[in-house]
Amino acid sequence: MTVILNQSFTGISIGAVLLLIALGLTLTFGQMGVINMAHGEFIMAGAYTTYVLQKSISSAGVSLLVALPVAFLVAGAMGVLLEWLLIRRLYVRPLDTLLVTWGVSLMLQQLARDIFGAPNVQTTAPDLLTGNISLGGGITFANSRLFILGLALLSVLALTVILRFTPLGRRIRAVVQNRDLAEVSGIATGQVDRLTFFIGSGLAGVAGVALTLVGPIGPTMGTNYIVDAFLVVVVGGIGRLKGSVITAFALGVLQSVLEYSTTVSVAKVMVLVAIVAFLQWRPQGLYTLRTRSLA
Amino acid sequence: MSGLSISRRGLLAGISAVGASAALSACGAKTGDSTSTGSGAKADTSGDTVKVGLLNSLSGTMAISEVTVHNALLLAVKEINAAGGVLGKKLKPISQDGASDWPTFAEKAEALITDEKVVATFGCWTSASRKAVKPVFERYKSLLFYPVQYEGLEESPYIFYIGATTNQQIVPALDYLKKQGLTKLYLVGSDYVFPRTANKIIKAYAKANGMEVVGEDYAPLGSTEFGTITNKVKDAGADAVFNTLNGDSNVAFFKEYKSAGLTAKSLPVLSVSIAEEEVKSIGTQYLEDQLTAWNYYETTPGAANTKFVAAYQAAYGKDKPTSDPMEAAYISVYLWKEMVEKAGSFDVAKVKAASDGIELDAPEGKVTVDGATQHVYKTARIGKVGSDGLITEVWNSGKPIKPDPYLKGYSWASGLS
Repeated sequence: MTVILNQSFTGISIGAVLLLIALGLTLTFGQMGVINMAHGEFIMAGAYTTYVLQKSISSAGVSLLVALPVAFLVAGAMGVLLEWLLIRRLYVRPLDTLLVTWGVSLMLQQLARDIFGAPNVQTTAPDLLTGNISLGGGITFANSRLFILGLALLSVLALTVILRFTPLGRRIRAVVQNRDLAEVSGIATGQVDRLTFFIGSGLAGVAGVALTLVGPIGPTMGTNYIVDAFLVVVVGGIGRLKGSVITAFALGVLQSVLEYSTTVSVAKVMVLVAIVAFLQWRPQGLYTLRTRSLA
Repeated sequence: MSGLSISRRGLLAGISAVGASAALSACGAKTGDSTSTGSGAKADTSGDTVKVGLLNSLSGTMAISEVTVHNALLLAVKEINAAGGVLGKKLKPISQDGASDWPTFAEKAEALITDEKVVATFGCWTSASRKAVKPVFERYKSLLFYPVQYEGLEESPYIFYIGATTNQQIVPALDYLKKQGLTKLYLVGSDYVFPRTANKIIKAYAKANGMEVVGEDYAPLGSTEFGTITNKVKDAGADAVFNTLNGDSNVAFFKEYKSAGLTAKSLPVLSVSIAEEEVKSIGTQYLEDQLTAWNYYETTPGAANTKFVAAYQAAYGKDKPTSDPMEAAYISVYLWKEMVEKAGSFDVAKVKAASDGIELDAPEGKVTVDGATQHVYKTARIGKVGSDGLITEVWNSGKPIKPDPYLKGYSWASGLS
């Protein structure tokens, strides 16, 4: 029982990390069809933001809380810039965005190396987050993981509220479902695109803040996560928030359960095989968006 | 999807293609021309300076460790130049970044030997990188001085192993754990050659010495997800963890370890790749009272060490610690200098012939080169991480241990290589 509970928690916490890094992608890739390979570098930007703030604010706890909105703005601004400079010219050529943004991701990695140096850096977690909640009987929930879980759920909630209940959300959904019709209805699609990109990239920044609690911060940290993030979005069904949430937790739990009974590498392989098999069965992913367009 | 449809399959293929090409571009390795006959390195000794190669990861997951080694090498070169150089020639250090990527190491090693015409190369940390450059040095008959403890079972004629081999680090560490009554071990390591070989040796030792290995796990190099491994360690009923993780993964592992409520008191971790520099970057609060096995600590007493620490801190900053691999790197340049001067020549064959019995009053104590194995006699030291981030010795072997890379002197190790 202890094992099952501890492992479930580990799985859910892996899922929370997956969810955080994939959330921004569900917007930019899922809703806009942009394959942004630089998404991982926005995560990195968020992580380095935390690092910089911790250097200037002495208290680890305060700097972490300040880092969340600041990282959102920093990564979001980078996203808007990328969209405005390059991506808006490529909406009709989705596979080209893959190559362009990959180039951008390499440039951003080098930029991080030039600014912060090549060796990875660390932040100190606030004392509160280094402990755990013990339920007795060897069952422990790490505080840092609980924090990441809370952050992931809050981000999902915020995103849901924005998409469902705000005028901006309605405009985003309209553009996603039928860009031409939205355009002739008087929606400034370019502006909506930029805002969507801002939110999606900003969420990557928030994920970066969370990742500082897990491991080191380095120029290439984003590349470690980018493939996983795309997997979550693709398996979840493109453009479906619900799909991403369920997939992230399912993959996290699957990974941790398999890992417990085998080894890290074997578990990773089995998860990938499971994903491939699943996509054979449901190529459109877990959930699909039904529209009346023929595409 | 606003009038554009991407097939998921095409998309995933696209992403994986980019991933694959990223991997390819990251290691655009020249596969060595296997037909080239070992023409020998043409080291350039004509001018009044000679070039020495420094080959370390200055970027990537291993940079946390290797940058400090690079600094120590530069310090030794600077000191030797200030004292008049080697055979009257000044040394010109040529730094190359191996970027934590093994094929890159091979490429840069070749560039050092063929383009820069260095007289000797110092560096490498992971065994994977050493294994990658080994054929290069052997093909060109050029010398590499390797400064880090490793898994043994190797004797290349063109490598001098200045770090510990297993009977100078891992075996004494196991002896120590056994003496403490910690007989149930859980092995955690990075997934490459050093941890896997080291653990093979540990398992053989355990079998012969009434110890038990209750679990074994490997994480990919650079991995930051240790939740499951920590849970497995917790459930296995171990007395101690033997940690052969390398580089940044240690940060994630110890963070997770502490979060899970495991402490040095309840379940000590003995690490063989964490030295003072790593302690500092992992964070002392995660490591306090945990054990390490090395041959040198910043706190090791002696005049040679006082001088080394002062020189290093004067060059790189008051707050910079020194560590075992740094010390080994530092003395490797001096040992090479002694060999060259004894040989009266930079010629590789002559230097090798002169190596046996070269002695040095090193910061770690007396070291002697064993010409037969091209390893070094070293004193084993077990240490404990203190609250100030420094490591204090809790046990040492009393005298330098003769290197035994193939563990020929241990009956339990027969059939390991």
